[in-house]
Amino acid sequence: MTRHGAAAWILAGPALAVIAVFFALPVAAGLALSLTDFDLYALADLSTLRFIGLQNYARLLQTPLFWQALGNTLYFVAVGVPLSIGLSLGAALLLNARVTKWAPFFRTALFAPVVTTVVAVAVIWRYLLHTRYGLINQALEAIGLAPVDWLGDPQWSMPAIIMFAAWKNFGYNMIILLAALQAVPHELYEAARVDGASARRQFVDVTIPILVPTLVMVGILTVSGYFQLFAEPYVMTQGGPLRSTVSVLYFMYEEGFRWWNLGNASAVAFVLFLLIFAVSAVLLRFDRESGRRE
Amino acid sequence: MNPRLAVWIVNGLLAGLAAVSLFPLLWMVSVSFMPHGAASTLPTPLVPASLTLENYRTLFGSIGMGRYVLNSLLIALLATVISVSFNTMAGYAFAKLRFRGRDAIFRALLGALVIPGQVAMLPLFLMLKPAGLINTYGGAIVPAMASVFGIFLVRQFARGIPDDLLEAARIDGAGELRIFTTIIVPVLKPILATLAIFSFLGAWNDFMWPLIVLTDDSLHTLPVALAGLSREHVQDNELMMAGSVVTVLPVLVLFLALQRQYMEGLMAGSVKG
Repeated sequence: MTRHGAAAWILAGPALAVIAVFFALPVAAGLALSLTDFDLYALADLSTLRFIGLQNYARLLQTPLFWQALGNTLYFVAVGVPLSIGLSLGAALLLNARVTKWAPFFRTALFAPVVTTVVAVAVIWRYLLHTRYGLINQALEAIGLAPVDWLGDPQWSMPAIIMFAAWKNFGYNMIILLAALQAVPHELYEAARVDGASARRQFVDVTIPILVPTLVMVGILTVSGYFQLFAEPYVMTQGGPLRSTVSVLYFMYEEGFRWWNLGNASAVAFVLFLLIFAVSAVLLRFDRESGRRE
Repeated sequence: MNPRLAVWIVNGLLAGLAAVSLFPLLWMVSVSFMPHGAASTLPTPLVPASLTLENYRTLFGSIGMGRYVLNSLLIALLATVISVSFNTMAGYAFAKLRFRGRDAIFRALLGALVIPGQVAMLPLFLMLKPAGLINTYGGAIVPAMASVFGIFLVRQFARGIPDDLLEAARIDGAGELRIFTTIIVPVLKPILATLAIFSFLGAWNDFMWPLIVLTDDSLHTLPVALAGLSREHVQDNELMMAGSVVTVLPVLVLFLALQRQYMEGLMAGSVKG
């Protein structure tokens, strides 16, 4: 069993060491940090550091801005994830249709935003969303709608960021869903057609059940990614207007690296982790239950 | 439905989606060649009335964008070379070599995927500070030097290597490390290309960690520099668009050149197992 032991450890060692030292250890340290009052004073002199148990967590629950950040992030996830995945699924179905011409070109074009740098494309969108000179408002006015103060009105700032995120990200899941669609055996559709199933019935009875596991996986990855909202508000709105786009991570960044309340910020990071974990667990459970029913 | 109508609807919708996907990028390029203030007129022009390189001259002149390009390039290249090496070695070991605790460690690695990287950022910052790694390239690449995703990708691919190939080499008296460098690495080449693109794009586009660890202006990467500039130069849209072009163009070109490897990696990584 240990025949390749030495060679295996030489090969696997460096990667495992990196992950242990620069990921596992900091995660454990973060948990410890979240139980202390680590702040600017402790940064200068470690002897002022005190263990305070769950006080950071308790204080967070009484911080209105934390609740607002949580609410904003949940809003972003609850609307952004279904919108993104819906777009991905629609685009994948279109690309997979038999009548589609130039599929490779369309696939590349729709995927292009995914590989771009968030900060750079957020800069572009900030200007597309400009109240006066933005092309989005000019398009709205051209079809007779009133212009919207996208990034200046707290009611519209989050929808604007959601729109941007959907544009930036839908191509990624589109490729994964397209791969799943292309793996559906043609015989299944043939059989359904022989049975006289309409295109709609084929979609509901053949395509959707086969896609469910992929949709759940894509859902988990997207939820986890969307909970980590940070660069978009950092560049487009700086958390405003009226703190309407402060996300949990934006709040953590400000607590940690602007005010140097590192104990408190670590508690925020762990709350975020628990949230992602809980939502993923619920989605996985949903997958298993729907699998059992079939 | 009329089949000819279906052709029109499907391709029309795709053309619309493609237009929405590409328009912001094309417009970015167009505005970057407009003279200062030209994009802030009504109706907003789609193409420059007169072409100018003024924005790029300002970027690389007084703003010193060249420095940020160099920082981004060095950090992304270093992270790519190191992580591809480490992940390939580990992925192969997990796929083909037997060692104590292998399966338990691999399960733990997969389990760690649910932990968002930001949980590690605050303590990592505090760990790197006494080590003198804050405001160094080293500090910027440290978390990217190995990844569970990369190890997983290589492992999936390496499992397909026939054991006979390895046994034959062992009978010939080749050592395990020699087998890895002379036999395994050439076989793994396609997946290494895939891994390299993922690593490079990931490091190039990364924002939060470089923002935290590189506070010294002269060490900023392109995204960090651009975010800072966009906060200072809110009115300089043409200049900002030129900055976005410089940031986005390299990764877009790289993606277009190596699209096949990228897409294959994306799909391989998404397979459960």
